[in-house]
Amino acid sequence: MRTTFIESLSQAASENPDIWLLCGDLGYSVLEPFAAKFPDRFINVGVAEQNMAGMAAGIALSGKTVFIYSIGNFPTLRCLEQLRNDVCYHGADVKVVAVGAGYAYGSQGYTHHALEDAGIMSMLPGIEVFVPCDPMEVRAATRLIAGSGKPSYLRLSRQGEPNLGAVVTDPRKPRVLREGREVVILASGPIASRALEAAGELGGRGREVGVMSVSCLKPLDEAAIRDAVRDASLIVTLEEHILRGGLFSLVAVAYAGDAQRPPVAGIGIPEQGGKTSSAGSREALLDAAGLSVQAIVARIEQSLAKR
Amino acid sequence: MVHAAKASHIGGCLSMADILAVLYTRILRLDPAEPQSPGRDRFVLSKGHATAIMYATLAECGFFSLAELDTYCRDGSIFTGHVSHAVPGVEVSTGSLGHGLPIAIGMALAARSAGAGSRVFCLLSDGECDEGSNWEGILFAPHHKLSNLCVIVDFNKIQSFGTVAEVLNLDPFADKWKAFGWHVEEIDGHDVIALERALGAVPAPSGRPTVVIANTVKGKGVSFMENKLEWHYRSPSDELLAQALAEIGA
Repeated sequence: MRTTFIESLSQAASENPDIWLLCGDLGYSVLEPFAAKFPDRFINVGVAEQNMAGMAAGIALSGKTVFIYSIGNFPTLRCLEQLRNDVCYHGADVKVVAVGAGYAYGSQGYTHHALEDAGIMSMLPGIEVFVPCDPMEVRAATRLIAGSGKPSYLRLSRQGEPNLGAVVTDPRKPRVLREGREVVILASGPIASRALEAAGELGGRGREVGVMSVSCLKPLDEAAIRDAVRDASLIVTLEEHILRGGLFSLVAVAYAGDAQRPPVAGIGIPEQGGKTSSAGSREALLDAAGLSVQAIVARIEQSLAKR
Repeated sequence: MVHAAKASHIGGCLSMADILAVLYTRILRLDPAEPQSPGRDRFVLSKGHATAIMYATLAECGFFSLAELDTYCRDGSIFTGHVSHAVPGVEVSTGSLGHGLPIAIGMALAARSAGAGSRVFCLLSDGECDEGSNWEGILFAPHHKLSNLCVIVDFNKIQSFGTVAEVLNLDPFADKWKAFGWHVEEIDGHDVIALERALGAVPAPSGRPTVVIANTVKGKGVSFMENKLEWHYRSPSDELLAQALAEIGA
């Protein structure tokens, strides 16, 4: 995903001389191609995210499109007030790009796990939030935000993620990864691959399970989702994020007022305040958090049995 | 304005009045008829609470009529108590301290890239020099040789809850800026000739960003407000307003 992002951004920057990229002293072995090609539009600002976010606003208010890049919580939570006041309140054309979504930094530990970022970014006024599930969605979202003129948040995992579906036509619209209308799993981010595995397993047990990648959390295309779940007896949301503020919250809120609707089962990472985090690969941490394919299948079957 | 709206922060407005007067009459290349002109100089008010003096200055310069100031802090007015970019001539909204300098640095980088010769001036309070975000910027600007950037510190020695010396001492203040690589000017912030000389010398020939440490008096010009912490909060009664206006010769 990181590599796809920087390739897509470099292409956009070749076409638009107003695109700048700032990083907070992170991006080794990722950002170099951009820095080499556009040295006048790349700045490593140092380990100083508040200054980076404020500077980005200042550059953007001078007519530029500014990407800022760092790991998970650093270009988001560390400089949240700069994003709220300097970027979003002014409608500055700043794109926040975070790598290391969810447990992507595995054994690096709690500080490097981005578990609340998408929800917190979604709360900012006027921002668009993208959580792509595969390199194709990264490419489409990067191209879109490079020309949107709006504050944006792009949440990337790390590297080596496989493509999960067909060509992306509109990054703001949910993308069907697997057809099926009895149960619809709405997934955001690369965890969608586990949704596909779970859907396959449930399919083998006679369930008709569809999977949609909801890469654009804000604005959420409520109409497209409502259409996709029209015949469903269960909606499942799956995300590498806590349930509060993430995909589950957004979907649940969107349909709370509907008189006739299927239940929404949220599967995400439990909040673990005060408990220490263990070492482990992304896969092991997801399994331990209750997001193994088997646990997803079991949760869906339990939810169906309740009906 | 502060009296009519029962607003606050008059002490920190009066300490920077001379700075704004010099900036807006002698230094800044601005056109009130075209406030968004790309080649303009920028002024970023980082001590965003000092709005009465900011809005009054812009009105005096013709960005809008003086009559509009009567809506200050009133229901529905664009003239909010902390500075708003809805007001013609205001570059950015601030109010949470420690935000203005990074924004100004971004503007200075973009201006240098555009090659139009624009300069960026950013006014900080002394109290907000407690904010770590400012020191991130103070480290950044000399490294990138942002000579078109000028910080002015309204050094009136009183912050929200006590004197600077009591709360979090900044001394040796000028030495800190020098150590970070800035061109430092320490002046009397009420000496308009010194202000014009220091601000007019931007960009510094050394290629460094400039900081003008303007030694000022909180509540300057009004005897009962000078160096009094309480005038960070109070608005004057009818009687005190009359006395204040008489003292400053308004």
